[in-house]
Amino acid sequence: MIPAPFAYARPTTVDEALQAIAEGGEDVKILAGGQSLIPVMRLRLAAPETVVDLSKVSELRGVREDGDSLVIGAMTTHADVVRDPLIQQYAPLIAEATETVADRQVRHRGTFGGALAHADPAGDLPAVALALDAEFVIAGQNGRRTVPAADFFVDYLTTALEEGELLVEIRVPKLTGQWGMRYEKFNRVAQAWSIVAVAAAVRREDGHIAEARIGLTNMGPTPLRARATEAALAGAAATPEAIAEAARSAAEGTSPSSDLNAQADYREHLVQVLTRRAVSAAAGL
Amino acid sequence: MTSINVRVDGMSYSDDVEPRTLLVHYLRETLGKVGTVVGCDTSNCGACTVHLDGESVKSCTVFAVQADGCEVTTIEGVSSSDGTDGALHPVQKAFHEMHGLQCGFCTPGMIMASIDLLKENPSPSETEIREGIEGNLCRCTGYQNIVRAVQQAAGEMSGSPAGADTLGAQA
Repeated sequence: MIPAPFAYARPTTVDEALQAIAEGGEDVKILAGGQSLIPVMRLRLAAPETVVDLSKVSELRGVREDGDSLVIGAMTTHADVVRDPLIQQYAPLIAEATETVADRQVRHRGTFGGALAHADPAGDLPAVALALDAEFVIAGQNGRRTVPAADFFVDYLTTALEEGELLVEIRVPKLTGQWGMRYEKFNRVAQAWSIVAVAAAVRREDGHIAEARIGLTNMGPTPLRARATEAALAGAAATPEAIAEAARSAAEGTSPSSDLNAQADYREHLVQVLTRRAVSAAAGL
Repeated sequence: MTSINVRVDGMSYSDDVEPRTLLVHYLRETLGKVGTVVGCDTSNCGACTVHLDGESVKSCTVFAVQADGCEVTTIEGVSSSDGTDGALHPVQKAFHEMHGLQCGFCTPGMIMASIDLLKENPSPSETEIREGIEGNLCRCTGYQNIVRAVQQAAGEMSGSPAGADTLGAQA
């Protein structure tokens, strides 16, 4: 299984990459780590005219601090995200979820930005980015724009990225105060995609839950927030009973699909169980 | 065609390749490094695992052009990279001694994945080994002895070899 031929560009800067994308013709694909794109090209589900390879654009790699935000370069590999000290300190939820992505070999190549731009609803990182209110910095021919996570994920495998644009970095607000975090993922076998997963960040204050942010993986064509559960948890007592009660509304507003792994109603059940577990762990119970 | 410069198992190569050439095909067909095999061709089985700049990757899911400027180590390069020419790498030796293979097709990838795991975690628990090589499938389902082989190699590489008897190899 060999991909169809394509024209190949190997830029070394973001500006060169944008130029290569603009000149690439009708169907341009951007190659980050390639762990989703190359399999799709081998199966010839995609046969782009031009592939723009970001391997050598070093400015897109790495994690840095910028005031109240962590800034994660789009080409930072999953393996680098997992071992990054800033992420461990300010957004351990990202590291915890990233560690569950695929397998070691894939995590060595796959990238944070690539996984988000691919926007697979069963992918682990979109729900985490949504739960953490991340912002997406997108470069285009006319400069840069910033899109909040809530607007970035538009539909199945579809994001706010327009033709000719490039995701360059993801800004994640540092969480201050007593936050706990947990990613609860349910799948059947090694290296499988999430059947359902829940990303929870919970801030505790004086024995209560002051605020909860909950992102849901694979509960619809895009990642979703469990808004009803978040509302029920705001100001609630940090007790197993209160959390279990709030988690009952986790499936509200979701539209999970049925596939060979699970029926929709099973996913609606599973999301309640995983939300209870994730919030309980994040709240330190 | 795009020109690439790579070091593979300690030798430098410069070649013009079609951009769509997968690294595994470049290794096997251009360089004759047929020790690295193609298993599933869908990124699942890990039989094609090699090290790219010291990290395990599935060479069926990397374009050869992406390896430009990189150092590649295949199963054919691990024994001499150990410093003693011709001697098996401790992980190869452990797979041999613990009978960590049945048909042998997954073995090159299993060994490359295990070397990568032990570099990061020199004394993994049994669970950590199973999770660490989750990207590699053995369709003979010979996992018990594969895990024992990794345990033995870990012991030998850290200077406290566990005997085949205590680990209970099943030949």
